[in-house]
Amino acid sequence: MKSRTIAFLQAPSIVLLLLWMIVPLSMTIYFSTIRFNLLYPERTGFIGLSNYEFFITDPGFVSAVINTLVLVLSVLVITVTLGMALAVLVNFPFRGRGIVRVLLISPFFIMPTVNALLWKNMFMNPVYGLFSVVSTFLGLEPIDWLANFPLGSIIIMISWQWIPFAFLIFMTSLQSQDPEPLEAAALDGANAWQKFRYMTIPHLSRAIAVVIMIQTIFHLSIFAEIFVTTGGGPGFNSTNMAFLIFSQALLQFDAGVASAGGVFAIILANIVAIFLIRLVGKTLVV
Amino acid sequence: MQLTPKQKHTLRVLLSWVAGIIMFFPIFWLVLTSFKTELQAISVPPLLFFEPTLENFALVQERSDYFSYAINSVITSFGATLLALLIAIPGAYAMAFWPSRFTKDILLWMLSTKMLPAVGVLMPIYLLVQRAGLLDTRTALVIIFAMINLPIVIWMLFSYFKEVPKEILESARMDGASTLNVITLLLIPLTKGGILSTALLSIVLCWNEAFWSINLTASDAGTLTALVASYSSPEGLFWAKLSAVSTLACAPIVVFGWFCQKQLVQGLTFGAVK
Repeated sequence: MKSRTIAFLQAPSIVLLLLWMIVPLSMTIYFSTIRFNLLYPERTGFIGLSNYEFFITDPGFVSAVINTLVLVLSVLVITVTLGMALAVLVNFPFRGRGIVRVLLISPFFIMPTVNALLWKNMFMNPVYGLFSVVSTFLGLEPIDWLANFPLGSIIIMISWQWIPFAFLIFMTSLQSQDPEPLEAAALDGANAWQKFRYMTIPHLSRAIAVVIMIQTIFHLSIFAEIFVTTGGGPGFNSTNMAFLIFSQALLQFDAGVASAGGVFAIILANIVAIFLIRLVGKTLVV
Repeated sequence: MQLTPKQKHTLRVLLSWVAGIIMFFPIFWLVLTSFKTELQAISVPPLLFFEPTLENFALVQERSDYFSYAINSVITSFGATLLALLIAIPGAYAMAFWPSRFTKDILLWMLSTKMLPAVGVLMPIYLLVQRAGLLDTRTALVIIFAMINLPIVIWMLFSYFKEVPKEILESARMDGASTLNVITLLLIPLTKGGILSTALLSIVLCWNEAFWSINLTASDAGTLTALVASYSSPEGLFWAKLSAVSTLACAPIVVFGWFCQKQLVQGLTFGAVK
């Protein structure tokens, strides 16, 4: 085919994505260097890097960076481990397997806002929530989850939603594992753990790469769950990068500082992206 | 104690069911609560058996027109998915069959654009949409959702197209078929399953997208995520009503997902895990 046709076919997707990236990005960079507060539209003018300074010195900045990374890493560890455990568990024929599978994947379809409200009200509420009812029944002190473990609570919510995703991918991958070498290994005296460690995990390596890649993309900018539950608090205990910028932009109306924050978020995302692509990107591209 | 294989099997079946029931329990509880009165919803100990009521659903419908939100969700998810497919199919086709030495980098770059947090560009997008007079319109959401999902859609299509033997398309072109004909008459029918699972994943992601729909819509183009959010703050204490609106918002996509789970599994794996 003519190279012109090839270019023509790819052009729309590349150009549109480039525009989608460049236009808002350059506007964000521009806003980040000017006075731009929605409450005081009369204050304008170039102010260099002081929005950045303001954002970095924000008491929430360091916790936001740490929380973002803690959130992504914890959810990854939990979902990959439990997702794999579940996939291995149900990877055998039995009656009702289809139903069990549907039960296991359903949380993935629930809206993030609904997910968060559901856990906040019906499970983690310190008085009426099921967790507190159960702990009172067991004679324990009920815990106010969102007040005492805000980030942990959010990690639980997000993990509940994404374990099904990891489970789905590992399950499909396991179904393609050739059973014969496993049987041969069993005859040679390998136990279940050895078979899992030296045969199943290598078989799943590509699936693991897919899970890590996709989930990191989605979890770097977690927003809705924090928005409807803790509001980033108490203090900055559950504020991640996305939420910190949101609170600058829409709660304090300072578009300039929010844009500076946006630039930081983009830098953070790129560092993670480079790291990730080094780590797993290679195994993804055919 | 050594378990017999039969006991082992039974134990494993039991464990699988327990795991499935635990994972599903929150959804079950949500739906159950939506049929309770507000008082029953917060009763301690929680009620498992009670006389179900439909009053919450009636109240939700009375206060906000569920169907107009649902229609907005359907239109934006399907519209954005269709738009993304239209843009992505030719691109993925060219990249899969005539890769240049940049193709790999382009694909990784595309995926990396997904990592930019939406809040980082909230101000500019908001202003652009406002300037274009598209605030609170479905058009704005369709365009934005399509752009958000475009990288993933291209990726998935790329990996499906890769599996098609190049010779088939090559010989069709030798016989004089135009590019458009090769794509519509050969490539799309050959990769129907893959395209379908790509579309399904995109629809699910659009349906559940909350950030842009909350920030860019009000009453006209509000989607179901915006509807749920509107109940979350003032009505946060009314669990039964909140449960009813949540059940209504999630039911279509959950049921849709159940029906399509086989397809979706393929889609979620980027076609990479076989």
